[in-house]
Amino acid sequence: MNIYVLLKRTFDTEERITISGGRINEDGAEFIINPYDEYAVEEAIQVRDEHGGEVTVVTVGGEDAEKQLRTALAMGADKAVLINIEDDLDVTDQYTTAKIIATYLGDKEPDLILAGNVAIDNGTGQVGPRVADLLGIPYITTITDLKIDGDKVTVVKDVEGDEETIETTLPLLVTAQQGLNEPRYPSLPGIMKAKKKPLDELELDDLDLDEDDVEAKTKTIEVFLPPAKSAGKVLEGELDDQVKELVSLLHNEAKVI
Amino acid sequence: MSKSVEQVVKGGSFLIDEIRPEQVYTPEDFTEEHEMIAKTTEEYVENEVLPVIEKLENHEFDHSVRLLKKAGELGLLGTDVPEEYGGFGLDKITSALIAEKMARAGGFSISHGAHVGIGSLPIVLFGNEEQKKKYLPKLATGELLAAYALTEPGSGSDALGAKTTAKLNADGTHYILNGEKQWITNAGFADVFVVYAKIDGEKFTAFIVEREYPGVSVGAEEKKMGIKSSSTRTLILEDAQVPVENVLGEIGKGHKIAFNILNIGRYKLGVGAVGGAKSAFEITVKYANERKQFHTPISSFNLTKEKLATLASEIYAAESAVYRTVGLFEEKMKQLTEEEQKDGKEIAAAIAEYAIECSLNKFFNTEVLDHVVDEGVQIHGGYGFMEEYEIERAYRDSRINRIFEGTNEINRLLVPGTFVRKAFKGELPLLEKAQSLQEEIMMLMPEEPGDEPLAQEKYLVRNAKKVALMSAGLALQKYGQELDKEQEILVNFADIVSHIYAMESVVLRTEKAIERDGLENSKQKLLYTEIFCQEAFNRIESDAKETIVAVADGDNLRMMLSALRKLTRHNPINVIAKKREAAATIIEKEKYVV
Repeated sequence: MNIYVLLKRTFDTEERITISGGRINEDGAEFIINPYDEYAVEEAIQVRDEHGGEVTVVTVGGEDAEKQLRTALAMGADKAVLINIEDDLDVTDQYTTAKIIATYLGDKEPDLILAGNVAIDNGTGQVGPRVADLLGIPYITTITDLKIDGDKVTVVKDVEGDEETIETTLPLLVTAQQGLNEPRYPSLPGIMKAKKKPLDELELDDLDLDEDDVEAKTKTIEVFLPPAKSAGKVLEGELDDQVKELVSLLHNEAKVI
Repeated sequence: MSKSVEQVVKGGSFLIDEIRPEQVYTPEDFTEEHEMIAKTTEEYVENEVLPVIEKLENHEFDHSVRLLKKAGELGLLGTDVPEEYGGFGLDKITSALIAEKMARAGGFSISHGAHVGIGSLPIVLFGNEEQKKKYLPKLATGELLAAYALTEPGSGSDALGAKTTAKLNADGTHYILNGEKQWITNAGFADVFVVYAKIDGEKFTAFIVEREYPGVSVGAEEKKMGIKSSSTRTLILEDAQVPVENVLGEIGKGHKIAFNILNIGRYKLGVGAVGGAKSAFEITVKYANERKQFHTPISSFNLTKEKLATLASEIYAAESAVYRTVGLFEEKMKQLTEEEQKDGKEIAAAIAEYAIECSLNKFFNTEVLDHVVDEGVQIHGGYGFMEEYEIERAYRDSRINRIFEGTNEINRLLVPGTFVRKAFKGELPLLEKAQSLQEEIMMLMPEEPGDEPLAQEKYLVRNAKKVALMSAGLALQKYGQELDKEQEILVNFADIVSHIYAMESVVLRTEKAIERDGLENSKQKLLYTEIFCQEAFNRIESDAKETIVAVADGDNLRMMLSALRKLTRHNPINVIAKKREAAATIIEKEKYVV
């Protein structure tokens, strides 16, 4: 089976976000594989171990993302591809990334593509579905279970806490929700082997893409942090008065009703 | 291609030579694989060990066995075992990093360390082909677990005073061992023990003893102050029958194995102490940021900042020194031919070359750890005294580190002893240096270090070395062969040398980092270096003064004190301001950062 995983390098979940000069500060920050993508990598490895084939991990980014790809290889993926856009593009969005990945995958005839449900940084959850759309294959988001039997695929999808079971066929793109599996951490033998696994680097030129072809469709106007949480208010007095005061505060101060 | 021998830094030579940054290994030199292995270890500790730490602390050691086997599956037991025996044969940096990251698991890290280190390494380094084939593949996976049995009720620091005996049986097939080995880590579940006994009450020899051999048993679980999540019992040998082929190394040469394993155990403790210190530090900073008094997080108080910055600069020193030392082993081993690299005795010798550095790391780093956990509890206030807080366990777990693998006192005494031996064997030109220094001191002109980064610190390191040589030379002149009775002076010397090694390690690491990443990206390192060097130098000055006053008198005393004043003359930096600055970053990042 020809399996692809879309992977993004993101901020470590423990990093504190700071902004300087209208941009998120990356100095000294730790980076990881987007946690949802980790589920995707794990699932891909499990599918391969059961059904055979090969797992290729793909990312769009800069040189620094090699580390996350190498980690995926150490977990057990077979190959990695870094589509390096560092020198070509300054501004990108989900359209850019999806277009690049779909172009790359165009002639690869993937049977199964796995991605994370969302990336924990921008949190749009768009790249997976967009890639599937560009490739003209079905997709199912936020899956918590995946069973493959020949061409038939049975998927359990998380629907806001409920479950929906869907049957479909390969080729297919799915995005992983928490609970799909328990991602392994790379073992020492895995880490040693990862050194020798192929990690290819491509640029837009290699995909016959121009910068114009993948120009972002969106524009970032402003980047700002959420307002600092202010201290709560404890209402006092008779219960009736408290309710009245609460309603008036919701009306006039918070302006939510 | 091996490099020329001149390029390898000799053990102890740092005291007389000027070392360049490119000659030292630093944590900034870790490879991507190193970092991935470190991360795997961290995740293993966090996801597998910490969730059951309470059970481990309550002596439910079936979890220890399960966890060690799991570590084996991940490859965390096989780094020092050569590939041909089922391990990975990785560099010493890797096993050091694993030891560092394991440390957060407290007593369990001692179980791990005892298995991979003092338990398995005697066989890795000194086993014969059959022994290696038989034991190592299973030790690398955790199918067999190992322990090390040297200490006895009557022989601790005096290891060679062991009373356990071995006698060849009439058929010549087995040695019959009798005696008791005390405080044996992993004894509750270990399958294999490396045991020292005297054949015919004389020839100190190592044996591989399996738990299942007739006559082998263990005592009750000890009730300890700390590292409760490690099993500690007495190993009882009552006419224990050990096959003759299980003699490890040469008969009568057990001390060679014991001393070499001690060197390794010492630097490994130094690494573990760094890991423990970092983890206790992180817990403490987080707490200091959360805990409010007078409506203010206590991390905002300058006194808390002072503590945090002091501790972080000490951790920086400990970390820099120990990885520099491990780097020395690596360089030395690269000199070995392929043939020699397979010979454990050569590897042990490469490490033994740096016996001084091993001892320095052992006592300096374990005392840094003790300082960190002590102030960690203090910053936690009353909560730090409560069992629910992790710092309470860290505090208790830390204490043993100053005692085992040779007490810190023994390790201090080893430093001057080894220097003197190296000098008399002609390995280090210490006496010549001391001589030429005497002439130099007579016409010493005060030197003005420049104001570029690290200029002052380099100057302090250079002069600290002169102070060490001067005070040691003075003591040697006065006491000669009798110097070994002047333990206070010996320990002063060891402390001076230890501070020099640590100061030089931070200076060189920071210098290397500045060259590579630029000054702007090395600010925190520079602050730690400035803080640490100033405070270490103050201690050196005070130790040297104490020694000189004890040794010299009359005109000589006046002359020597004047020389010391010249050598220690410098413009002290504003440590308080530097600490506030360093603390700001620590508080923001909520952990030890460089």
